[in-house]
Formats: sequence, structure tokens, C-alpha cells
Amino acid sequence: MTDAAINNTKTENGKPEILLQAENLSKEFDTGKRDSKIHAVSNVDLEIRRGETLALVGESGCGKSTLGRTLIKMLPATGGRVLFHGEDITAMSEKKFRPLRRKMQMIFQDPYASLDPRMTVRNIIAEPLVTYHVCASKKETTARVLELMQAVGVPTEFLDRYPHQFSGGQRQRIGIARAIALNPELIVCDEPVSALDVSVQSQVLNLLKDLQQQYSLTYLFIGHDLSVINFIADRVCVMFLGSVCEIASKEDIYAKPMHPYTSFLLDAIPQADPHLRNEHRQVLTGEVPSPVHLPEGCFFHTRCPYATDRCRRERPALRVVKGRQVACHRTEELEL
Amino acid sequence: MAEQNFFRKQGESDARHNIKQNTAASEEDLLGQIGEKDGITDKLRRMCKQNKLAAFSAVVILIILLMAVFAPVIAPYGEAEQDLMNRLQAPSAAHWLGTDELGRDVFSRLLYGARVSLSIGIIPSIISLLIGILLGLTAGYFGGWYDYIVMRLADVMLSVPSLLMAMVVMYTLGSSITSLFIALIIVDWASVARVVRSQTLSLKESEYVEAARSIGVRRFTIMIRHILPNCIPSLIVLFTLNVPSAILSESSLSFLGIGVQPPAASWGLIVNQAKQFLFTQPWLCLAPCIAIMIVVLAFNFLGDGLRDVLDPYMKDQ
Repeated sequence: MTDAAINNTKTENGKPEILLQAENLSKEFDTGKRDSKIHAVSNVDLEIRRGETLALVGESGCGKSTLGRTLIKMLPATGGRVLFHGEDITAMSEKKFRPLRRKMQMIFQDPYASLDPRMTVRNIIAEPLVTYHVCASKKETTARVLELMQAVGVPTEFLDRYPHQFSGGQRQRIGIARAIALNPELIVCDEPVSALDVSVQSQVLNLLKDLQQQYSLTYLFIGHDLSVINFIADRVCVMFLGSVCEIASKEDIYAKPMHPYTSFLLDAIPQADPHLRNEHRQVLTGEVPSPVHLPEGCFFHTRCPYATDRCRRERPALRVVKGRQVACHRTEELEL
Repeated sequence: MAEQNFFRKQGESDARHNIKQNTAASEEDLLGQIGEKDGITDKLRRMCKQNKLAAFSAVVILIILLMAVFAPVIAPYGEAEQDLMNRLQAPSAAHWLGTDELGRDVFSRLLYGARVSLSIGIIPSIISLLIGILLGLTAGYFGGWYDYIVMRLADVMLSVPSLLMAMVVMYTLGSSITSLFIALIIVDWASVARVVRSQTLSLKESEYVEAARSIGVRRFTIMIRHILPNCIPSLIVLFTLNVPSAILSESSLSFLGIGVQPPAASWGLIVNQAKQFLFTQPWLCLAPCIAIMIVVLAFNFLGDGLRDVLDPYMKDQ
């Protein structure tokens, strides 16, 4: 994002405008057994600023997607609340929430599963327009669909083709066209490129960046590929076992991680240059604790080489250290 | 950063190009580009081209339906017109398919019987299909106690042998075509509801249904627009199986004396009355059997063709 674009997102007093804010947000799933629940998301505090791309990073099963869906009320939260433009949407009835639903859309991971195989591209992209009666006539709808197809780079002569006739990248473009059809403010991108070839990934990422500028979109970008995150994100939120480890700007995170887990994640990036490969690399040992029986204290202490007694007893809150947010007791003393 | 440049270079040209195009082309040009829409008539035309057997079957079904409708015009003799002097005759110019033990013309009875047999085959199947779709979709989508009640009801229907269930209904309501319809609907809806529910259960977890929810599409619209169309292949198969089984159920009930009452004719009734002459006058039995077979086969082939033509994956082939 350019400096000018960042300036645009700031309010008069110089502070960035907050689009969506999560306060102490939790999401638990029933396991079907009594007194046992899966704690997918635990006590997350998070803010998404207008116009930025906030990336959610973490390993598989850490609750990234669940958090993303809970933030836009695709899943009901079981604790805490979410504010959209300062308005609490967690307690809102479906009917009252419906106008806000237009403002938050999603792009899905699997471009093969996220498009109805029995609908043509025309109908897929028109669905949001038809649902909210955006266009007055069929002709107007078609014109808008064609406009969207051009915006995302799908040839317009494919209007009446079915999804299976497209490549993965083109399907993802169709999914993106559907997501931007209603001019949303926030788009949750749930690993939108992880199912695509590397060359196609970069095309789709560039498209997302261009659309962000063109339509002043805000992205919550869920992903696990750190080079993709490095390319697209403005700020990065690292998650482990349903809770936030660290939130900081992309530059800060990649230059100097403050949470041990972040540093392990960065060390896990494959090194392309063979001469640098023999450098010592830290590798995490042990398994992720079960989200059904959360460990006491810091969730990461079972795998953390720096863990102390305090880490085993007391859960670290997300606190501001040197202008960054990090949830670790020992972050000041550690050299990561 | 080196990585950023790498990504940028690869996709830059195409993304930029497209955005430029966007501003250049006018709306009218765009509308002019739209290809022809693939409507239902196009689909049927394609089916006739690709699947000759299905097209032929459709024609056969149409001819049989017309013959049934115009039976009084076409039939050379009345439905129950007896000629006791000419009993059990072999096929001849006067009696194309011979005569039965009461001297009634088999061809004429076959035409009149088609009215009963076809309506029994088609109408209850359609009604039970609609009931089954409605209950199966809602049960699968909403779940909970509603799903539980609907499915236990279906279990009860499926656990009793269908013939027995039909007999109970017929005895309770008395023998008439209407009660035969009701009996067949009561037997058939459960299997449809089951199939639709199980499909709904898996489809409602699919990502494209989630995508529709994320857009804010209403629940009933999701059911009709996304889930039902994806159930259609199995429903067509089920329908083409239900039609012949309804025709055969009617035969069985008629055989047991609680179906269509003589002297009215139905294909099942003709077979059952003729079976005692199976070895001496086999044509009496063969004619209605072949008629049943033709209809059943035609429905199956037509079903196959329809399923293929409604499948977007088959369009290119």
C-alpha cells in the first residue's frame, strides 16, 4: 500500500480508523459429550483498520478460519463481542444484521468447491446482486456482471459457461468477482491462494491488491504461507491454539519477532539459497496441545524452550511492548 | 523486497490490462458479446441429438399416452364388450391380439388399461416426489426435532412391506382409483424424502452453500437454488424406478382383488386374468407384459437422457 493510501485511512486526529474490532472473542464447539468443548478461539482481542490487510497466520487447526468466520458472524460467537463501525454485531438479530452482511464478504480457499457446479458464471456472480435487488432489470444485472468479470480478468465471452470449464485461477477470480459485487467494506480471504499453482498465486494476489486500491477494500487475509503473507499484508496477527500470540506490522514481524512461536514460524520458511541452508535452524518439537483440554498458563508453554514456572501457571495477556502487541511473559528478556 | 518483485512481475501485465479494458468497453458492446443462453429447449434439443435412445423413448411414451387418451376413438371394440362365441381366439385381422376367456378384444382392453396403468404409474410418483422433496429438503436443512419426526415417520413407512401397507390403505378407504393413488403415495414418499435428506445433509456443508450464506441468501432460496438442483440426478433415477414399480404394485393389488375392479381394465388385471391360459393361449399374457416392459424401459432410457442433459459436466461431450 502506498503512503497516500495509508494516510487516507486515518481519521482527523491521526489515529487509524477502526473498521472491525473483536473484544475478548471466544468460539467453542460442542463435542457431543457433556462438559467437553473444543476451544477453537479463546479470548481474542483484535482490530482491523480501514483500508489495511490484516493477515492471520498460524498452523493448521489453530482456529484461523473459525476466527475469520466468527468475526463476520458466519458462526455465532460463544463469548465476547465484535464491533463493526463501533456497533455490536454479535448480539444483533439476523434481520437487523442483514444490511451489514452486504458489507462483509468472503473469498474461499477451494475454488473448485466454492462455486455451485450447476450454475453458470452469469448466475454465480449475479447471485449477490439478485439477493439484495441491486439492479432494476435483468439487462442491468448482466451489464454489472460483465463489468465485474472484466474487473477480475475473466473473459466476458465465458458468461454462460459452467465452473468446471475454468482453471483454478479463473475460478478463484469468479469467486472474487462474487465477493466484490456488493461493494463490501471488509473481505475475509480464507486462504484464497493456497489451492493454486505458484504462478497463478501471484496473479491472484496482484488482483487482490489492485482491487483493494480500486474499491478501497479492507482484507482479513487468512493464510499459512509466510511469503504470501509478506507480499500482501500490512499487519500480521500470529495465532496459536485459538489465541493471539503477537500482532505487529509486517516489517516488524519479519525483522524482529517478539514471541517465541513467531520466531519458530519464520525459521520454518524454506531457504531458497543453498549457501544459507547450513545455518542453524530452530525446529519446534512436540505436538500442539488438544483444543479440548487447554493447558494451564501460556498455551505455548508445552513447546516453548524458554518456558518458566510462571508460563506454566499464568496465562500471558496481550500487552503492548515497544509499541507492538505481544502475549509473552518473557518477551523483554528473550533474544529471538 | 525481492519476493514482492517476483510476484509483481508475474501477474502485473494481465491484471493491469484488464482494468484498462474495463474503462474502454461500453455497456452496449458488452451486452452484444453475450452468447446464447442454454435454455431448457436447447437442452432438450441437445438430448435428442446426443442420445437417440432417449429421444426415441420420449416419442414412444408420447404415443402410448396419446393412445390411452384417445382409446375410445382408436379401440375397435368396447372396454368390456363380450363376444362369448369367440372366446380365447388367436390374433387375427378381426382381433389383433386375440380375445380373452369372455370373448373381449385384448387390444381394446390394452388401450383402455393404459389409461389406468399410466395414470397410476405417473401421477402418484409425481405427487410423492413433491412431498418427498419438500419433507426431505426441510428435514435435512433444518435438522433437530423436525428432522427426527419426519425421518422416524419415513422409517415406519419403509419398515412395513409396501404391498402390505397399500393393502391396509385400500381396505380402509375402499377400492377405487383414488385410494390406490393415496396408497401408492403413502408408500413412495418415504424413499424420496430419505434420498433428498441425505443429499441435503452433505450439500449443506459444501463450500458453495457456505458462500451463498456469506452473501446473505435466504435459507429457502439456498434450498431451491443450490441444494435441489444438485439432487436432481438421483431424483430422476428414483422417479424412473418409481413409475414402473407403481404400475407393478397396481398389478399386484389387482391380482389380490383390491385394485382395479373388473370389468374395468388395467394392464396388471389383464395379466392376472390371463395367467391361467399361459400355456394354452400365451398371447393373452404376453401382450400386456410387453406393454408394461416397453413403458418401463422407455421411462428408464428417458431418465438416463434427462440426467445427462441436466449435468453441466456432460455439456461438452
